[in-house]
Amino acid sequence: MGDGPPSIWEWIARNWDTGRVGSIKNLLLDHLTMSLVPIVLALVVALPLGLACVRWRWLYQPTSGLMNVVYALPSLPVFMLLISVTGLSQTTVIIPLTFYGMAVLIPAVVDGLASVPDHVRQSAVAMGFTPLRRLISVELPIAVPVVLAGLRVVAVSSISLVSVGALIGQGGLGGLFTRAYQNPFMPPVIVGIVLIVALALVADGLLVLAQRLLTPWVRARKGAGS
Amino acid sequence: MITFDAVTKRYPDGTVAVDRLDLEAPTGEITVLVGPSGCGKTTSLRMINRMIDATEGRILLDGAPVQDIDPPTLRRGIGYVIQQAGLFPHRKIVDNIATVPHLLGWDKKKARARAMELLERVGLDPGLAGRYPFQLSGGQQQRVGVARALAADPPVLLMDEPFSAVDPIVRTSLQDELLRLQAELNKTIVFVTHDIDEAIKLGDRVAVLRVGGKLAQVADPKTLLSDPADDFVREFLGRDRGIRRLQFISTEGLRLRTDMTGDAAGPWRLVVDADGRPTGWVSRERPDELEPYGTFVRGRDPMRSALDAALLSPSGCAVAVDEDGKVVGVATRETLDEALAEAADG
Repeated sequence: MGDGPPSIWEWIARNWDTGRVGSIKNLLLDHLTMSLVPIVLALVVALPLGLACVRWRWLYQPTSGLMNVVYALPSLPVFMLLISVTGLSQTTVIIPLTFYGMAVLIPAVVDGLASVPDHVRQSAVAMGFTPLRRLISVELPIAVPVVLAGLRVVAVSSISLVSVGALIGQGGLGGLFTRAYQNPFMPPVIVGIVLIVALALVADGLLVLAQRLLTPWVRARKGAGS
Repeated sequence: MITFDAVTKRYPDGTVAVDRLDLEAPTGEITVLVGPSGCGKTTSLRMINRMIDATEGRILLDGAPVQDIDPPTLRRGIGYVIQQAGLFPHRKIVDNIATVPHLLGWDKKKARARAMELLERVGLDPGLAGRYPFQLSGGQQQRVGVARALAADPPVLLMDEPFSAVDPIVRTSLQDELLRLQAELNKTIVFVTHDIDEAIKLGDRVAVLRVGGKLAQVADPKTLLSDPADDFVREFLGRDRGIRRLQFISTEGLRLRTDMTGDAAGPWRLVVDADGRPTGWVSRERPDELEPYGTFVRGRDPMRSALDAALLSPSGCAVAVDEDGKVVGVATRETLDEALAEAADG
């Protein structure tokens, strides 16, 4: 094909799996790690924190206030600050993303538990549920739809936000964008955008599927309402 | 038997919800707590299963103070039905009903079989077992609520305005259903309502509470209507207290006329079909037009039904039928009047 720039397909074929750090495949895997780990971590931390905020009401205002401040912090200076501790590693990206996720998920857990109708909670008490058993088999299951809605937001935003990490050399597919600064060549940018959007759609789709499987009663409720 | 022994509930802000309540809910009977809002009826109910703890006094369950029983254990032995049924939205109907057996550690199969049995017992289609609560109507949900409360066969049932949130027709059928169930099961039921009609219909004993949580009167419905203890009870019973008393007067002895179907009848003649069932009234002026009629089952329905039936017909007469719906006679204004005069004396 002469000396002209390679077509996008040629570029993909050439860079998919070069065995080097910057291959598309490796960037994709990095991207997955740096977005999924914060999603899971955020959920694991937000669940007990959310429960604590419900149990001790006074905790909620300061916690959500703090989380909102964290959420408002621009990621770049946060990265700079963290570099001094965790260096130019994936951890430097994972930590702020986990906090962003928590900022969405703690209120989701609190709202989810608040969505349990009072008469349902009362009747659980009256039937002789112990507080722990009530939480596990009545309140948390009913909170699932609200928590999952929050999780969908977190999943999509984490997947998209990872690319910012490219500024410190850890952006997963975001790495494909920074190259375009140095060399005005479009295929990497297009590939990066398409893959990130595709990842986000797949993650969202999986969560919607999980929601259908975990909470068939929510669809039943809509069916009855129409 | 449930015994309230000088029970007081005082909140930290000084509000007294229940004030030195002495009350007995006898075994196998329906005791209704009725009163305006703020009379402490729900608080009293909830103190029985320790959803609320009494400040002073004792509540005894067959002689044992409930304060000595661990709340979850106590509650698993007491059925509880509340206004919006309180069903678990994420559980299928069968699992909702099997909640307490499940908590008690019953074998899964046994719990399920019990749930299916109860589903039918409260008059629901077993096909609903696999549905979720939101796929059921309010009345159906409330029946499931009753089934769930009965699942582990507790001797005591607490009902907190269970039928207040459904429409009047459904409410009536739920009330009838409860009376039918109670005739079979003989539970000790404490039933809270603000509706005096419901209290009189369901209660073996009715306890009227006044604002501030003081007991105004406790009596069987008939006594309550004929001898209200004071002005508060009289007022609470309402203006049509006299009419309501007719609910407790039998139509057994009501004199009936049997000459209203033939040609010799007065200005109104009752038309009866080949099976002896009524089809309508015709007047002498318009012999071709069937006018509406009202019936009551003689001996089973009370005087109130007979009077109601009379008021529903342009002829002013109530048609008395037997259990099969066949005409046994007609109560005219005259014969009703005699019965009412007798009731007023008695």
